[in-house]
Amino acid sequence: MNRLRRALVAALALTLVRPLAALAAWNKEAFGAKSPGDALKGLGIANATASNEVTIDAPQIAENGAVVPVEISSAIAGTTALIVVIEKNPFPLAARFDFKDGALPFVKVNVKMGETSDIRVLAEAGGKYYSATKEVKVTIGGCGG
Amino acid sequence: MAAGPMKMRAILGAGFTDVRVLMNHPMETGQRKDAEGKLVPMHFIQNLTVKVNGKTVVDAQISQAVSRNPVFSFRLKGGAKGDKIEVSWLDNHGESNSTEAAVA
Repeated sequence: MNRLRRALVAALALTLVRPLAALAAWNKEAFGAKSPGDALKGLGIANATASNEVTIDAPQIAENGAVVPVEISSAIAGTTALIVVIEKNPFPLAARFDFKDGALPFVKVNVKMGETSDIRVLAEAGGKYYSATKEVKVTIGGCGG
Repeated sequence: MAAGPMKMRAILGAGFTDVRVLMNHPMETGQRKDAEGKLVPMHFIQNLTVKVNGKTVVDAQISQAVSRNPVFSFRLKGGAKGDKIEVSWLDNHGESNSTEAAVA
C-alpha cells in the first residue's frame, strides 16, 4: 500500500513538474505579445538607449522571408543578454540570449520575417538596455505560405 | 514528429571558440496551412542551452520566428582543444535533444 502510494505520488510529481519547469524557463508573456511594446514590457524593459556599439548584420533585401540570416553582437562591456525583436512579425519577440561568463555576446541565426520590417536588437549591460535597429526589405514573406 | 539528429562543430579561433550547431526541427509558426487548408499547429523550440565542460555559458529563449532546421553560431571566450561543448534544446511539446562535440 505504502509502496503503491509512493509510486503514485512520484508519477504525479513527474507529470506536474515537467510542464511547469518548461514554462518557467520561457517567458510566455513576452513571446506571446503581439506588439513590440508589449514584448519589451513582458521582458521588463522600460527604455533603451540607442547605441552604435550594438551591431546587426543582416541583408538589406531578403528575397526569402523564411530564411533571413542575422548576425548580432555587442561591444558594450559587461553585456549579459541580447534580445531580437522583429517589429512587424505577428509575434515580434524572436529570441533572447543570456550570456554567462565564458561566452561572447555574439549570435548568428536565421529568422523568419512576415514582411518588410525593422529588426531591433537590444543589449543588456549592467541592468541598462542599449539598442540598434536595421530595416530588412522582404519580397516573399516567411510566416504563412 | 520525432527530433532528427543534430550536428555541431566547435573550432578554436583567435582568442575565441566558434561553435556552430544545426538542429532538425520543423519550427511551425501556427500560421502555415497544409495541403487541405488546415492550420498546422505551432511546434517550435523554446529553450536552448550551451554548456562548456558542464558549465552553462548561453541560455536562450527563442520563438517560432527562428527558421526551420535552425542553425546557430555562438562565440566562446578563449577555449582549448578538447573542451567539451554540449548543446541541448526543448520545444513546446516537451520534446528535447542534445549533442556534444570536442573543440578542434
